[in-house]
Amino acid sequence: MDTPAAAAPGPGEPPDSPVPGRQPGSAASATPTEPAVTEPARTGPAPTGPAGPGKAGSSRPKPDQPRPSRPKPGRLRPAKLRPSSQGALHIPLRVRFGFLTPAVVILLAIIGWPILFSIWLSLRNADGSSFVGLHNYVSIFTDPSTLTALRNNVIWLVTAPTLACALGLVFAVLAERVKWSTAFKIVIFMPMAISFLAAGVIFELVYQADPNIGVANAVVVGVHDVFAPASHYPNAQPRSTLGYRSDKAGYTSPDSYTAGSVATVPLTGYSVLDLPKSAAQAVTAKPVPGEITGTVWLDLVYGGGGSPGRIDPGKKGTPGITVDALSGTTVVAHATAGADGTFALSGLRPGTSYHLALPASDFSQPYAGLSWLGPDLVTPAIIVAYLWIWAGFAMVLIAAGLSGIPRELQEAAKVDGASDFQIFRKITIPLLAPVLLVVLVTLAINVLKIFDLVYIIAPGSTLPTANVLAVQMWSVSFGGAQNQGLGSAIGVFLYLLVLPAMYVNIRRIRRERRES
Amino acid sequence: MTLTRAGAKVRARSARARSARARSDSGRPRLAARLASRLSSGVVQLVLLLIGVLWLIPTLGLFVSSLRTPVDISGSGWWTALAHPSQLTLSDYVNLFHDQGMMQSLWNTVLITVPATVGVVVLASLAAYAFAWIDFRGRDWLFVAVIGLLVVPVQVALIPVAKMYKYTHLFGSITGVVLFHIGFGLPFAIFLLRNFFAGIPRELLEAARMEGGTEWVIFRKVVVPLGMPAIASLAIFQFLWVWNDMLVALVFSDTSTQPLTVELQGQMRQFGSNIDILAPGAFLSLVIPLIVFFSFQRYFVQGLMAGSMKG
Repeated sequence: MDTPAAAAPGPGEPPDSPVPGRQPGSAASATPTEPAVTEPARTGPAPTGPAGPGKAGSSRPKPDQPRPSRPKPGRLRPAKLRPSSQGALHIPLRVRFGFLTPAVVILLAIIGWPILFSIWLSLRNADGSSFVGLHNYVSIFTDPSTLTALRNNVIWLVTAPTLACALGLVFAVLAERVKWSTAFKIVIFMPMAISFLAAGVIFELVYQADPNIGVANAVVVGVHDVFAPASHYPNAQPRSTLGYRSDKAGYTSPDSYTAGSVATVPLTGYSVLDLPKSAAQAVTAKPVPGEITGTVWLDLVYGGGGSPGRIDPGKKGTPGITVDALSGTTVVAHATAGADGTFALSGLRPGTSYHLALPASDFSQPYAGLSWLGPDLVTPAIIVAYLWIWAGFAMVLIAAGLSGIPRELQEAAKVDGASDFQIFRKITIPLLAPVLLVVLVTLAINVLKIFDLVYIIAPGSTLPTANVLAVQMWSVSFGGAQNQGLGSAIGVFLYLLVLPAMYVNIRRIRRERRES
Repeated sequence: MTLTRAGAKVRARSARARSARARSDSGRPRLAARLASRLSSGVVQLVLLLIGVLWLIPTLGLFVSSLRTPVDISGSGWWTALAHPSQLTLSDYVNLFHDQGMMQSLWNTVLITVPATVGVVVLASLAAYAFAWIDFRGRDWLFVAVIGLLVVPVQVALIPVAKMYKYTHLFGSITGVVLFHIGFGLPFAIFLLRNFFAGIPRELLEAARMEGGTEWVIFRKVVVPLGMPAIASLAIFQFLWVWNDMLVALVFSDTSTQPLTVELQGQMRQFGSNIDILAPGAFLSLVIPLIVFFSFQRYFVQGLMAGSMKG
């Protein structure tokens, strides 16, 4: 092994073979263009190209610590190998391996060997005591909870990377048109720096079911109430001793009234403190010919006192309550109580008797918003949280790609009369395709392994519905079941799922390498 | 700041585009078109402003909640506090800092993050130097193997490493967590640094060798100083990755060694009952990454771009 490297100028390193990573410039730069945002020139890629090859000839043996000045393989065509110099080049074994050994040992211990061990474990039963063949892999596709996880992973894979990419694209394109794009980008990008855990807590707050606490439901309820105003008096009802009939439509009075009479409708079941501010001391209505007048009031005095059914001082009207006059089952008149609780139903025929009705909408429960973390919405809700984090990533990479598109093309198209959208569709998008691919692939790898966000945001009750493979892997092997066979199989399966993405990446690196 | 610079470029470019447009317009006054473009720019500004606000609201919600008493939090929305700033109090933070478990886990986070970051930076620099500038047989295959490890999901190693840690009594120790982080940080780190180191001009190294520098001296005096931008980028990335990790610590740490994320995760299981600890705790856990992010934004973005291969 101590062969002087110069003596073996190339075994194992076919010159210029298209191996990923050989080309220093290619891999580190996700896009050919990032200068605008990242100054990659400093991080590596850019300077490499020119620096490497040309310099080969200049290498010289040095007296001490001779080193084979063989040019870096892969960056040099063999023809360029400079006159294989001065034999005695030779670095002591301990020097060479002193640099590598620690890293290699840890890599083998923490990744290399565990992969093999995982494969072995995945072919054995829960505690690893006997061989079960592919049984665990079959379980992935038959066990209901793992199957749910698999299905959710597919949903994630189809939606999350695409949406993040689309958002990133829109943000990047729009941000190009404003002066404060930097501030905007920082705001969008910031969630990238924080942990999934913190993001989970943040979104758990956002998704709180109570619209008074969770901002998502506050918005939903707010919008809903604009179109279908909420009642002010949920749970209130006419005093039960009066015998109002209650059905789905609301409450109907047992007594009937004719025009000119005065009705009283005392309500209970509602807190005095919750009355609207406009509510004023209730007053008895005055009889009006041709109308049924009356008072709807909250039949309670704050702090106690008063007698049931009487309009005592301290009792307040219930403004906004709707009172209908019923003839049979049809509503013939309609009134709304004022601040002091009085109402007047007009347009009635004299002599006919009517029942009063308080429609159910007077007392309906307020709209409570959506159950974000319930079984139906939990996965979309978590995907939204994911987009909040990763749209910034897509945006930064795409923005870097955008800045690399030759401006002349777009300007030429503009001069030729193309609309902004046409330019975007026909020029920008095709030129951005490589960057979009990188973003999609990266996000796809990321999404396949999604764990923290789901585990944290989904409450225990809906975690089974929101399950994904990484969470399932954790639960079966560490979260109780202790089934290391199935756990390992899921781990290996995840690895297999990621491999095609790696292949795409390697191809991209090769292509960029060829182009450069 | 890179983003600033990008902004300047974009501005310069749009100025160019504008002048180009003006040129093409000369001759026929197109007031309507100009008005329309003004208007649409206004619309764009408004849309972006709304998006920006939308993006800030969740974090703002956490921050404001962390400044409210538990009674307020469960009684009304955090946005109501904006109208009554007097409700805000630091009492949750005071309680947090008196919470033994929380402070221990914050300290654990530091104890895990710092060595895991330093370890990766040191080991990866050494290895990357070897991969870039020391010839030995099989080097490229070894490097390809390292690249192959780039996308390996953590999940595939959890069970075997857990078994190994149990056997070696590393399970539940900070060392175990740190080692695992170093292991999974290395492939990307080596990949990033090797690509950067390979770009160092050959003459510099040759000159150093001529002067009799040993590999170690060359590494320390030439490669590391020149590679600082990449090393900084890597360090920040690794720092954030480890600081923000939950899964690894969830598996390998125990109650005395668990970092902040795991501790908070445990508290979350009873969300609502201890939101007064959870909100400031979560904010504490995100404020340090944010400080790092804002201070080293350029390096962060660089690392991110280079890392777009890693999952």
